[in-house]
Amino acid sequence: MESTPKNTPKNPRIDPKQIKGWGIDADPKNDPTYPMRQRMNVGQDPDSKHRPDHLQPEDTEVLRSIERPNVSAVFGTPAPPTGLSGLIRRAAFKYSENEYKHWLPLIVADRVNVVEGIVGDLAHGKLPNIWAEKGYDMEWKHNRTAFITKLATIGAVTAGLVVWLSSGKKKPTKTVKKDYLSRF
Amino acid sequence: MLAMDYRGPKRVRAVQKPMPEIKHPQDAIVRVLRTCICGSDLHLYNGNVPDTRVGSTFGHEFVGEIVEIGADVTKVKVGDRVLVPFNIACGECHFCRQGMFGNCHESNTESTAVGAIFGYSHTAGGYNGGQAEYARVPYANVGPTIIPPDMDLDDAVLLTDVVPTGYQAAEMAGIQTGDTVVVFGAGPIGIVAARCAWLFGAGRVIIIDQEDYRLEFARNYSYCEAYNFKEMNDPVVFIKKITDWMGADCVIDAVGAEAAGNTMQTVTGRKLLLQAGSATALHWAINSVKKGGVVSIVGVYGPTDNLVPIGNMMNKGLTIRGNQTSVKRLLPRLIEHVQNGVLNPKGLITHRIPLEDVADGYRMFSAKLDNCIKTVLMPPTANQ
Ligand SMILES: [Zn+2]
Ligand SMILES: [Zn+2]
Repeated sequence: MESTPKNTPKNPRIDPKQIKGWGIDADPKNDPTYPMRQRMNVGQDPDSKHRPDHLQPEDTEVLRSIERPNVSAVFGTPAPPTGLSGLIRRAAFKYSENEYKHWLPLIVADRVNVVEGIVGDLAHGKLPNIWAEKGYDMEWKHNRTAFITKLATIGAVTAGLVVWLSSGKKKPTKTVKKDYLSRF
Repeated sequence: MLAMDYRGPKRVRAVQKPMPEIKHPQDAIVRVLRTCICGSDLHLYNGNVPDTRVGSTFGHEFVGEIVEIGADVTKVKVGDRVLVPFNIACGECHFCRQGMFGNCHESNTESTAVGAIFGYSHTAGGYNGGQAEYARVPYANVGPTIIPPDMDLDDAVLLTDVVPTGYQAAEMAGIQTGDTVVVFGAGPIGIVAARCAWLFGAGRVIIIDQEDYRLEFARNYSYCEAYNFKEMNDPVVFIKKITDWMGADCVIDAVGAEAAGNTMQTVTGRKLLLQAGSATALHWAINSVKKGGVVSIVGVYGPTDNLVPIGNMMNKGLTIRGNQTSVKRLLPRLIEHVQNGVLNPKGLITHRIPLEDVADGYRMFSAKLDNCIKTVLMPPTANQ
């Protein structure tokens, strides 16, 4: 029903002139094509060859888009590619940003990387506290009923799956549980 | 130092990490005093942005105090309190020279469509973000802007992204005096976009969302009409109807790929990840704007969404109208607006959470618990 009237008491029509600052940035030239080159008040000609001084030394593995001739003058270095996810990422960077062969493997690598993260934690003798990492204390505090229902449903579905998989004579079909860590 | 740490979709924690180092003569190290969780961090948090590596630190909205500078840094000095625009820009390349700081070509090696953003995946340059006690800030002569002594740090931190992005969303909408402006999404950016639409002379401002508490907040903060799309059969028909069947003059998509409201899109995009998120808000925007109207996109889409590179369209600033915000270009005017009381950024903040409890902060914001609009994280070393 498209019945919400436009002048319900909840939504009174507003007189713009009552609003502090109304119209102070109004500019008839604000057509939707900003920024246009000629209208820049920058006072410098763009120079496509210019690069900043002192390129950041490439002392870590940096994957680079094949759409640029060189590494940018600075870059981030927090997580160089490693392991299986690193192999997938390196492969993805053989393709241009115009190709799904670039983006889709990166998404896959991200998921593989999550498992590597858990393995890494365990290898360092650390058991990841998934409850805390998912911030469930907040759900518990502010959204308890819905949260319990959700957990109960997931529990029931999981139990059902286990029963189904363990009772069947058929070989358990692969249930593709993509993104399994975030399903709730 | 303590820093936020991404472990996988919907899993984050606070851990000890090595201190950031100067890697380029124009780098600075900043002690973070305030940092926010942004709606666009939720795209990372949910695992929707390609090349978000486990172990990364998020956070592109932060203010802090300079504690160390590289040899070539001249515009700021140790001890200065700065607000750090979310985009990393060299100030010298072809695009920076055109004022397109959000599109710098010398800060992101891994993608040419997307500019570099603090703490926003390797696709956006692979930089660690500001949800930490300390952060490396490249090109410290360009981005970091000294916070005026009379400005509240809570106002300043919202000038790193939210306020400029909302403002630019309104600017890109090409609002002319008297125009009817519709904003999809009553998150912090949408709320600011609605507020700023008035500054450009809008005659009527309407905001659409599905959370009543956000709509109520928008009514009060942005003085706009606010409607819940769950109460409508079809938001597009609704907008046509309340605009004399013409459609809005300008529509702003402040939602992006986390959009709810369309089952097909939700299932294929947000659940199965067959596309990079759901383009529901974009569909509504395109369909509810008047013929000849303007659609302004500031919501974050994947680089490739719905088999169309709509995210690249936004990141590259093409003229359907969308761009990452050039914070630096807008700051002088926005600082003026804050100082004159025209804008009140800190009015958006509803929660303040210690960095140690970052996982709770993300959960609260992403699940829209406790009427959360905007969360500020406080690192232990912020000590004030
Ligand atoms: Zn942000
Ligand atoms: Zn640049």
